[in-house]
Amino acid sequence: METVLFYIAALVALASTTLVITRLNATHALVYLIVSLLAMAVMFALLGAPFAAALQVVIYAGAIIVLFVFVVMMLNLGRRTVERERTWLSPRLWFGPGVLAAILFAEMLWVIVATEGTTAGVAVGPAAVGRALYGPYLIVVELAAILLLAAMVGAFHLGRRYTRVRREGASS
Amino acid sequence: MTATAVPLEHALVIAAVLFALGLTGVIVRRNALFMLMSLEIMMNAAAFAFVIAGARWAEPDGQIMYMLVLTLAAAEVAVGLGLVLQLERLHTTVDVDVTHDMAG
Repeated sequence: METVLFYIAALVALASTTLVITRLNATHALVYLIVSLLAMAVMFALLGAPFAAALQVVIYAGAIIVLFVFVVMMLNLGRRTVERERTWLSPRLWFGPGVLAAILFAEMLWVIVATEGTTAGVAVGPAAVGRALYGPYLIVVELAAILLLAAMVGAFHLGRRYTRVRREGASS
Repeated sequence: MTATAVPLEHALVIAAVLFALGLTGVIVRRNALFMLMSLEIMMNAAAFAFVIAGARWAEPDGQIMYMLVLTLAAAEVAVGLGLVLQLERLHTTVDVDVTHDMAG
């Protein structure tokens, strides 16, 4: 029964991800991206990783998507953008590279299918994850903290509104 | 709590297909916002592969690497969206092709 649920969630994830990369409107794509991330959260939970599933919902489908939504609102993409996206997505541009990449992709799938075994079918709860995280993986926590600090400084710097003024001063 | 035992290759194939879909999005789309979304899909698929590997041996290490990828994705999207905003301010478009000269 649970295996069937896993495959249903996988189908939902694949379908919604396909729709994300083919939508012309950024907001529609974001909604499908949320569905895709939630479907992956279901798969995490079914694989026995409830903590990862919770993080997927809270951080990916919550915080990261909210960032995207804010930027979509600030960019104010309108009907003009949708028309331009339509001209950019003409099939003759991606057909040739797509066929060649599909051949390589089929080879990779063959390599993956050649592996044996199943997942353990045992849940690894948050307590086990926490003990490993603050035990042997403590350095990873510190590295993640430094990474987030650097990203915060970078985002703050990039988000400031001074670049246009400096460019106009340099060009005149 | 029980969990389902899925054949390893099926789960890995799903992760690979999701990664390939994200890669397709990065290559095909020229809108910087869609490229960032596709990058998120790619990172999430890679993190999914970590979780699958963790579930294979019932060890917490896969979920810890998933959390590290999650942190990386959050950092990447913060900086990336800042870059998108600057691109829109400088060129009044989110088409990445306008940055071809890389000048200033």
